[in-house]
Amino acid sequence: MTDLIRLTIAEAREKLLAKEIKATELTEAYVSAIEAANDKINAYVKVTPEKALQMAEVSDARIASGKAGALEGIPLGIKDLFGTEGIHTQACSHILDGFKPHYESTVTQNLWNDGAVMLGKLNMDEFAMGSSNETSYYGPVINPWRAKGSNQQLVPGGSSGGSAAAVAAFLCAGATATDTGGSIRQPAAFTGTVGIKPTYGRCSRWGVVAFASSLDQAGPIARDVRDAAILLKSMASVDAKDTTSVDLPVPDYEASLGQSLKGMKIGIPNEYRVDGMPEEIETLWQQGIAWLKDAGAEIVDISLPHTKYALPAYYIVAPAEASSNLARYDGVRYGLRLDGKDIVDLYEKTRAAGFGKEVKRRIMIGTYVLSAGYYDAYYLRAQKVRTLIKRDFELAFHAGVDAILTPATPSSAFGVADEDLASDPVKMYLNDIFTVTVNMAGLPGIAVPAGLDHKGLPLGLQLIGKPFEEETLFRTAHVIEQAAGRFSPDKWW
Amino acid sequence: MSVDLATVKRVARLARIAVSEEEADRIVGELNGILGFVEQLSEVDVDGVEAMTSVTPMAMKKRIDAVTDGNKAADIVANAPVTDQNFFLVPKVVE
Repeated sequence: MTDLIRLTIAEAREKLLAKEIKATELTEAYVSAIEAANDKINAYVKVTPEKALQMAEVSDARIASGKAGALEGIPLGIKDLFGTEGIHTQACSHILDGFKPHYESTVTQNLWNDGAVMLGKLNMDEFAMGSSNETSYYGPVINPWRAKGSNQQLVPGGSSGGSAAAVAAFLCAGATATDTGGSIRQPAAFTGTVGIKPTYGRCSRWGVVAFASSLDQAGPIARDVRDAAILLKSMASVDAKDTTSVDLPVPDYEASLGQSLKGMKIGIPNEYRVDGMPEEIETLWQQGIAWLKDAGAEIVDISLPHTKYALPAYYIVAPAEASSNLARYDGVRYGLRLDGKDIVDLYEKTRAAGFGKEVKRRIMIGTYVLSAGYYDAYYLRAQKVRTLIKRDFELAFHAGVDAILTPATPSSAFGVADEDLASDPVKMYLNDIFTVTVNMAGLPGIAVPAGLDHKGLPLGLQLIGKPFEEETLFRTAHVIEQAAGRFSPDKWW
Repeated sequence: MSVDLATVKRVARLARIAVSEEEADRIVGELNGILGFVEQLSEVDVDGVEAMTSVTPMAMKKRIDAVTDGNKAADIVANAPVTDQNFFLVPKVVE
């Protein structure tokens, strides 16, 4: 049974269509793997084995009758941020206790329409606010990776920590995730998996619990570049229910794999070198440059001068939007409710008990920067800086650059309950320093594993592309993957 | 800019989050840490720069002004903690 869960989506697809394996067998293999591992990894907050088996039976019937969809019989994990009809959807927050939506998010509906099977809901930072999956009401996710010769528990990154850990530990064939400042790419880099945040507007946000609406975007985390391409093809769509979703045809991303990089120009931004960044990350970056050069790409130095302002601008824009989006959790319409002496008391007590520390912190920052007298100094200025960040990228692309190569994170995975990070929120925020610029500019970005550090932990590289040119990212990431190889943790769980 | 205890309490009130004295004290430090970090934006020259309103260059789509959804009051209140005949129940707000 173990070999079944080790199949990539592309491999499983082939075996399912050739009727060498059954969707029910594949699903059962994952269900038992989850049962055996979830106590240790804590990737799932809700497993749905009955539903999974029902869906797999339907898939087997569809395959038998020659009506298989693009993801027929492929077992997936779904981040708890996606609304799934009648099933636990709580953004890993106490305030959404017991919430079961009466609707299905567009992204998950697209996956089910293509025949995918749902294994359950994946752990995440509360309301997607975090970089270590430690702000979840359901406790931290444990990274399946450990440093060589060490038993120390490491974080899988966040906010899509459950998605990344489940994919890396073979507890699902692929997973949905979301990325507001790096929440797909940072956990992918920490777990040796591939994660792509598509261009803003590529996937519908409808039915996904909102954090910062101008930055949120759904995408997949997968075992390799091909699987990520297969998943994104199914997830992306134009949707009348999300006016920011874009009416552009969804390309066959998989077809871009294996295409030559000849004539392609890759930009290397000098600003993505930060103080205290380990030497091995610089080395890995240079290695990535060499691989792309060997594949025929031209390498050019570029400057993105406003890079260092992306993270501070993000910590105004994202909390401001969050404070507004999270106003709906009031103890009246859904979830947790604490009684109060009047309605305001009810709101205040419910929100005090229902939100965790990090979420409260961001709501308070957002409320402050939007409050009378501060709006211009903070929010308006941050939105202007955002224009400048986007302009930096536009100038580079205008000068002929097709994609930009950077490190994905400033370090490999760190320990669970790291005291240094816990005592200083800003230090934790710095995890997203290389990924957040992409959200601020609405661009697509992919994280692809590129090597291991001296501790034996995975490190990733990031490729940033032009709007709606995800194909270029898949094509280029595939070249890195071919050169670097793939990385799996030694099983201890 | 930095916040003091009174500002934190005022912001907590605006955000409708009850905070204890002790929490408010802790939050003063945390918010000042974050505000100190974002302070570096003041060194950016933003004269004549337009504030971003949309990351993708697209006109806001508008749908026809027609009823396309509704008649599902029971669905809407289904997840509410306290309801009565498809109404949300709250403590008395008008005397």
